Amino acid sequence: MDEANPGLNIAVLVKHVPDTQFDRHLDGDHYTTERSESILSELDEYALEAALQLVEAQGGDGHRVTAVTMGPTAAVNAVKKALQIGAHEGVHLNDDALAGSDASGTSRALAAVVRHLGEIDLVITGMASTDGETSLVPAQLAELLELPQVTFASSLELTDDDGGRRLTARRESDNVAETVESALPAVVSVTDQINEPRYPNFKGIMAAKKKPITTLSLADIGLDASEVGLTGAWTRVEQAQPRPPRSQGVVITDEGDAGRRLVDFLAEQKLL
Amino acid sequence: MAKVLVYIDTPGDNLHKTDRELLTLAGRLGDPVVALFGELTGGVTAELGAYGAGIVYQPSTGGLEELLVAGKAAFLAAAAVDADADAVLLGNTFEAKEIAARAGIRLSSGVITDAIAVGNDFTATKSVFAGSYGVNAAVTTGRPIITVKANSVEIETPQGGSPPEIVPVQVEVPSAAARITGRSQKAASGRPSLDEARVVVSGGRGVDGNFGPVEDLADALGGAVGASRAATDAGWIDHSAQVGQTGKTVSPQLYISAGISGAIQQKAGMQTAKVIVAVNKDPDAPVFEIADFGIIGDLATVLPQATEEIRKRKS
Ligand SMILES: Cc1cc2nc3c(=O)[nH]c(=O)nc-3n(C[C@H](O)[C@H](O)[C@H](O)COP(=O)(O)OP(=O)(O)OC[C@H]3O[C@@H](n4cnc5c(N)ncnc54)[C@H](O)[C@@H]3O)c2cc1C
Ligand SMILES: Nc1ncnc2c1ncn2[C@@H]1O[C@H](COP(=O)(O)O)[C@@H](O)[C@H]1O
Repeated sequence: MDEANPGLNIAVLVKHVPDTQFDRHLDGDHYTTERSESILSELDEYALEAALQLVEAQGGDGHRVTAVTMGPTAAVNAVKKALQIGAHEGVHLNDDALAGSDASGTSRALAAVVRHLGEIDLVITGMASTDGETSLVPAQLAELLELPQVTFASSLELTDDDGGRRLTARRESDNVAETVESALPAVVSVTDQINEPRYPNFKGIMAAKKKPITTLSLADIGLDASEVGLTGAWTRVEQAQPRPPRSQGVVITDEGDAGRRLVDFLAEQKLL
Repeated sequence: MAKVLVYIDTPGDNLHKTDRELLTLAGRLGDPVVALFGELTGGVTAELGAYGAGIVYQPSTGGLEELLVAGKAAFLAAAAVDADADAVLLGNTFEAKEIAARAGIRLSSGVITDAIAVGNDFTATKSVFAGSYGVNAAVTTGRPIITVKANSVEIETPQGGSPPEIVPVQVEVPSAAARITGRSQKAASGRPSLDEARVVVSGGRGVDGNFGPVEDLADALGGAVGASRAATDAGWIDHSAQVGQTGKTVSPQLYISAGISGAIQQKAGMQTAKVIVAVNKDPDAPVFEIADFGIIGDLATVLPQATEEIRKRKS
């Protein structure tokens, strides 16, 4: 590490979520997510890839990518996967009191972990967790940590300014594409447009076994149990009903008139 | 009566359809008041009055617009306090959800996103897990902040009403914020927006580079054009047309899927549509499992025939 290019410290937030390829369930009195078939959230792989690419673009060494997860014991698997892909170390916040946290509780807990990690240049998250799908956490983290928010980035670039590193990102919505600039540290979320996540290779899988994983409790990060979990939640799920799956309707094979038959169907349904 | 604060972002000359839905909903739940970011034109003032909005709050501080999300969130939170709002309603765009998220922290209030209905006690109905569960959720702390999906409320034509009082809100400019340093407007298609459209016609890899048949059918039906990620990734159509987990979630009256296999991430964005039609060459395509009307065939012939037939019947 040299003066001009101090190591880049990135925390990537990775969530352990139920695999979307299987049926997913809400369980128990409080309708919490059933997590038996869980994986590293697909969308967080883009966040990890973005972190690794930023570090690689910096060149030199002394950079650190820390994969952080919050969740029950099995959630450490999300961190392990991130280590296999290329993160340098892992942090797992695991505490019984966390069960049933809503977005605000999750954000308070993750903000406390980030503070606990100390000098961090960037916190990078996915655009949404594939289970909760609220996209609330990144914005709430920025508010809690009093850091600039650079969210839904579809490109990211670090440049060197006189005063230190600066971040430039592209952010797209329906009708406008924005260029966003920020000083560091910052909270960043990335979309699935930003890159093509790499897979773990054999070398990475072997190397991951030697990488450190720190397990933290709420006491370790100085957060009171009343701030998280069901007690600390500001929202509550009162009822949850599985929707009957859509049933298959009519399927026809085109015999030269399927377009017209489609219009007949639309007319019957009063959709014309 | 409960005071319900509706957040409206940069309306331009007229309110957007989603703004009208939120105002209608706020009027049903209590007395609507408005936090308006951006310029307030005469037409919008009149319309807000007609919807019964008593007060329109506007930031008295400039320069918030350049601060990504942070500025708007600080304004909304300040307006909610000044109004002493019992609840806050916003639209459901990515940015609106982020504004809600930060205002929630500032107001120590719970946030519920993706609502499709809001009850008198401000409990919200939404679906989760790609539409496979229906959930009722309540805010238990603070002023309920709820983002409501487009097409969830039947707009009521407003009944008269007097022009709203305009009240400036002092906002402390957030010091930690990213700056928007460039904006480029995308070309408008002239079609209804995906969120708001009652009909969506989507094309996938099967259109093989030519969205013409999809666009023509959408136009014949007065609908919006959507796409699978395979089609947007290929660059055949703008990313903003993507329907699915990482694109738009749509719940139109009619969704026509053409040349799309029906992967779980695509289904996540469209399976709450009222009626689903699928056109696909492959009889085993998973999209047929959720289609009300499926056609095994070539979209390049089926779609144009349907378009022509609709035009004929309409003329
Ligand atoms: C993290 C992540 C997020 C994702 N998010 C989304 C998302 O938001 N939205 C989304 O759509 N996908 C998303 N995907 C991608 C998704 O998994 C699928 O790869 C994608 O939906 C496939 O698009 P497709 O159906 O157009 O292409 P394919 O799966 O290749 O299917 C093309 C279909 O067209 C049919 N076809 C071909 N020619 C014709 C013809 N002439 N006439 C009729 N039918 C024809 C074929 O039989 C086939 O069924 C995501 C993936 C990941 C990993
Ligand atoms: N329990 C968690 N552990 C680690 N990261 C999380 C957790 N929950 C949310 N995140 C991060 O926040 C992003 C957005 O999540 P959400 O706001 O839940 O949609 C995810 O993509 C993750 O990067």
